[in-house]
Amino acid sequence: MLLRLSWRNLMGAGLRTWLNAFVLSLAFLLIITAQGLLHGMNEQAAQALVAVSIGGGQYWHPAYDPYDPLALEDARGPLPAALQERVARGEAVAVLAVPGGIYPAGRMKPVVLKGIDPAQDLLDLPAAALDTAVAEIPLLIGARMARSSGLAVGDRVTLQWRDAGGTFDARDGLVVAVMRTPVQGVDQGQVWLPLDSLRAMTALPGAATHVTLARGTSALAGDAASTWRWRSTDDLLADVRELVRAKTAGSLFVYALLLFLAMLAVFDTQVFSIFRRQRELGTLIALGMTRRQVLGLFTLEGSLHGVLALALAVAWGTPLLAWFARRGWTLPRNTDDYGFAIGDTLYPVFGPDLLLGTALVVLGLTAFVSWLPTRRIARLQPTAALRGRAL
Amino acid sequence: MTAEPLIETRDLVKTYPVGGGDLIALDRVSLRVAAGEFAGIVGPSGSGKTTFLNIVGSLDTPTRGSARVLGERVETLGHRRAAALRNRHIGFIFQTFNLLPVYTVFENVEFPLLLLGLPAAERRRRVMAALERVGLADRARSRPDQLSGGQSQRVAISRAVVKDPALVLADEPTANLDAANSHQVLHTMVRLNRELGTTFLFSTHDEKVIGYLRRRITLVDGAVAADEVVTPTHGENGEAAP
Repeated sequence: MLLRLSWRNLMGAGLRTWLNAFVLSLAFLLIITAQGLLHGMNEQAAQALVAVSIGGGQYWHPAYDPYDPLALEDARGPLPAALQERVARGEAVAVLAVPGGIYPAGRMKPVVLKGIDPAQDLLDLPAAALDTAVAEIPLLIGARMARSSGLAVGDRVTLQWRDAGGTFDARDGLVVAVMRTPVQGVDQGQVWLPLDSLRAMTALPGAATHVTLARGTSALAGDAASTWRWRSTDDLLADVRELVRAKTAGSLFVYALLLFLAMLAVFDTQVFSIFRRQRELGTLIALGMTRRQVLGLFTLEGSLHGVLALALAVAWGTPLLAWFARRGWTLPRNTDDYGFAIGDTLYPVFGPDLLLGTALVVLGLTAFVSWLPTRRIARLQPTAALRGRAL
Repeated sequence: MTAEPLIETRDLVKTYPVGGGDLIALDRVSLRVAAGEFAGIVGPSGSGKTTFLNIVGSLDTPTRGSARVLGERVETLGHRRAAALRNRHIGFIFQTFNLLPVYTVFENVEFPLLLLGLPAAERRRRVMAALERVGLADRARSRPDQLSGGQSQRVAISRAVVKDPALVLADEPTANLDAANSHQVLHTMVRLNRELGTTFLFSTHDEKVIGYLRRRITLVDGAVAADEVVTPTHGENGEAAP
């Protein structure tokens, strides 16, 4: 009975109801879209990092600290036998990182020289391009690096580094490929070259800085990796996830503002409705409804705005979101500055938890703001309400 | 009159705080109304008619004194029991009809039965019977805004009597009706009083209504100035009584 009456009242309010529902559905969809983009950002960043860099986890040389460039000088050493076996079986890929410099257009640019096996296929890096017979050292760089250093395929550039004995050395390299990768960490400030070449250049045979395991393989048992430190995929993704969490928290203010505006419309409608329909309130009480029932009726009526908004959002939002999820959002170039490995296009992810969670939040808040003004009904004097002078 | 009156008030006082003092709306009103009566509280505006009806209808409580309606003491009723009393035993007819605008005629009349929790078939039977009594069965699907004032008030009467209440309280029921419609509505109420035995208690200063009353209680400044059994000057057909 309450549902039927509140539905009728809602429909009876005509345009006001639909405007409220539309505003609410707009807020609902904007929240879902923004959250979906953040979810997509999180997933894409994680997928890209796993594919390009961290695979199924990494073993680090004990001195390796990716946040300390000065430590790189010492972060290299022979692989423990167990890791060496994994690499030999093609279940892991070793990377040797050596601080150095390049001289594009006569200017010195500090870089990290990274040696990788050109035959590896565990990481989504076009390392095979390094498997070429050229007089110079074949070099693979990322598009960002190419942009910032003015290098292109076919360019020669002087490399400079220090070998195991601390002696400076230099040779010419040839850029044999420029890769487009969403992961800045393997691009900006990085120069890739064949692992054997770098080992020979630095007089560090068999040395590596870190080893990336293939996805799906397990870490070594016990202390087989000796002093090398294990970093699981989750450990290595922690920074990205923290960044996404920070961005999500930052965006909460916008969601709160959107919701606040939508809820204000519902609240306003409720206040107006209760004030305008005092006689009706009095009549309902005179007919035998308890105040609690009348309060429930008006709360339900307001809450139905949320239900209508969800229905509207499903009606016009589903095709829109489906299209958006397929097409994605082509990112401007400066999104590299975000610190995310996203790619050229960001594909939002609208999972059931996001949809259900947002729907529940919208419905819950709508019910709450619908109930707020109805508290006055509990103190309503029915005789005054019948005269239209209760509030 | 029966031994147990339907309504019994003793020294009923109702005051409202106004400014620094109290406005006395009802001043020691003691009345008994028996089942089946067709009575009216008459008097000028501000004499306390509506206040008396509101207290009897358990919409308001007295400041002092007691009001016993259908065996229930209004002054001690909680909200829930007062609502149950109104829902089961008291029908209201208002000056402004007070039909629910979003409901059809049928649904308006059905509403008190929904509150009573009656099954759908029983509700339908009773609603159609109530609408037939007031000659509006053919307007069951209409909306209130499609009805004339007289038709609206007849729907309100149907709504008031559909649950077979012991008491119908009508507050200035003809104030918004022209003469012809007023007589038609009053005629309907007289007939329902006779056929169903429902007690009707009016609040009015309309001479047309007064002409139909069999008992006239006159309030002046909140006190009973006269309480007299009268011969109606108008009959059931809306014609002058012989």
